[in-house]
Amino acid sequence: MTDQSAVEVALAEAHRREWALVVAATVRVVRDLDLAEECVQEAYAAALRTWTRDGIPANPAAWLTTAARRRGIDAIRRDQTFRAKLPLLVEPVEAVEDAAVNHLVDGDGAVRDERLRLVFLCCHPALGQEAQVALTLRLVCGVATPDIARAFLVSETTMAARLTRAKKKIAGSRIPFRIPRSSELPDRLQAVLGVVHLLFTTGHTAPSGPALVRSDLVDTAMRLARILRDLMPDEPEVSGLLALLVANNARRGTRVDGEGRLLRLKEQDRSLWDRPAITEAHLLVMEALPDRRAGRYVLQAAIACQHAEAPTSATTDWPQILGLYNALLALWPSPVVALNRAVALAEVAGPAAALSEVEALDRAGQLDGYHYLLAVRADLLRRLGRTADAVNAYQQAQELTENEAERRFLEDQIATLSGRRPASPTGTAP
Amino acid sequence: MAQYAVLIYADDSAHAPEATATADVHAEELADSGSMLLAYALTPRDLATSIRADGITDGPFVDAKEIVAGFYILEAPDLDAALAIAGSNPVVRSGGGVEVRPVHSGGVMVQPVS
Repeated sequence: MTDQSAVEVALAEAHRREWALVVAATVRVVRDLDLAEECVQEAYAAALRTWTRDGIPANPAAWLTTAARRRGIDAIRRDQTFRAKLPLLVEPVEAVEDAAVNHLVDGDGAVRDERLRLVFLCCHPALGQEAQVALTLRLVCGVATPDIARAFLVSETTMAARLTRAKKKIAGSRIPFRIPRSSELPDRLQAVLGVVHLLFTTGHTAPSGPALVRSDLVDTAMRLARILRDLMPDEPEVSGLLALLVANNARRGTRVDGEGRLLRLKEQDRSLWDRPAITEAHLLVMEALPDRRAGRYVLQAAIACQHAEAPTSATTDWPQILGLYNALLALWPSPVVALNRAVALAEVAGPAAALSEVEALDRAGQLDGYHYLLAVRADLLRRLGRTADAVNAYQQAQELTENEAERRFLEDQIATLSGRRPASPTGTAP
Repeated sequence: MAQYAVLIYADDSAHAPEATATADVHAEELADSGSMLLAYALTPRDLATSIRADGITDGPFVDAKEIVAGFYILEAPDLDAALAIAGSNPVVRSGGGVEVRPVHSGGVMVQPVS
């Protein structure tokens, strides 16, 4: 008998590290996502019993893969006729031959390919982004369906239905279980990076609810970004995304005060920022930036690093940040990028220049209902001494945000400007 | 192999000979590659007539900027292969687009008389 708690620790570790590989390797044999998922779940349950009795195997991933595949093959034998009617997952012919478990778990390259296949399957552009996110959490990260539902504030039934629909589309439209060709890779990679980024931002500023950060989502996104970087070390945008997440996460503990109030960059206690993390992000950016395939994530990471590396708010290199925003906007002409660029412009060219850009964005109408636009506008108006207009804009922003920490921040701004509270040492928008 | 229907969406169906030339070249390429099983080009929007329970109306069924200008059936091993073929349609680069739908069942009911 092995100590139960040691087995539980080993199993939790195997769940965190090997789930995606075991799922991917099982999918290859059973060619059905539902069945694979079921078999993998059973294999983990069986591991708890068997490992307690016989000891923890030397290679837990190989043990789990063998167990899950054996269950899958048994299920297929039992249900031949039923399965004959099901559309099976499509695999390219060349991939079917090398299916030996040992090969999978020993050869580094093969393991890499297995997990990548699964990631690209879950993030296929023929699936909606909500479905991509849900599938990635379930199949790549092994997050249980009720937990995914909770993270995205939908009912368990809704989330289960979303997963089922996505799996049906994969089988029914024959989305293949393979790594994209190099000609397809840039587009396909964008979808994958988009899913990880969305997970992070959803966790980083929870769209609603009392807390600003939902750390389970942030942790999962960070883990995924690291997996992707391990799997695709030569893709600059993969390094860029990891750098962006690491740099933003380095400020995690300092974005709210003791009472859960939102603190802006210039108010945050820089001595509490995670310096080794900022260095890691910096090195990743330096490595990725010269690559001609460097894109929006590398540039966003470079901007985040500029902020994170400034020893004080006053010494932030705003001209450099504005230059990076110019490059980002040229590459990715999004109104949100233009809004963030205006914040940098205010520091370089003054609030009046920035305000005219923000107002042009407002008139263009693409950011209607976006509370950050109103918050930025309010802050610029305040700096220009147009107090009544600023209060008005803050109030509009407050009506539009559902995150409690952000609402309280905006309330404080209104109170300060209306003279109901002594001025806080604040300046630019978050 | 699986079959996919490709619905071509454009501002209107091409009807002038110069406008159909690129589409014809593309159709020939697909036919030569053996991946296209069947293809139809439709007449312009002005000739469309729709029927609902409350009667017959002039024009396409869905009131949108684009209409279905034609459709064809492809044979491909998987969705990625079908998307690669469908994405090479010239309409994608001239303001329109295509919708790819896996075929559930069906086929030509009567052999054409030669």
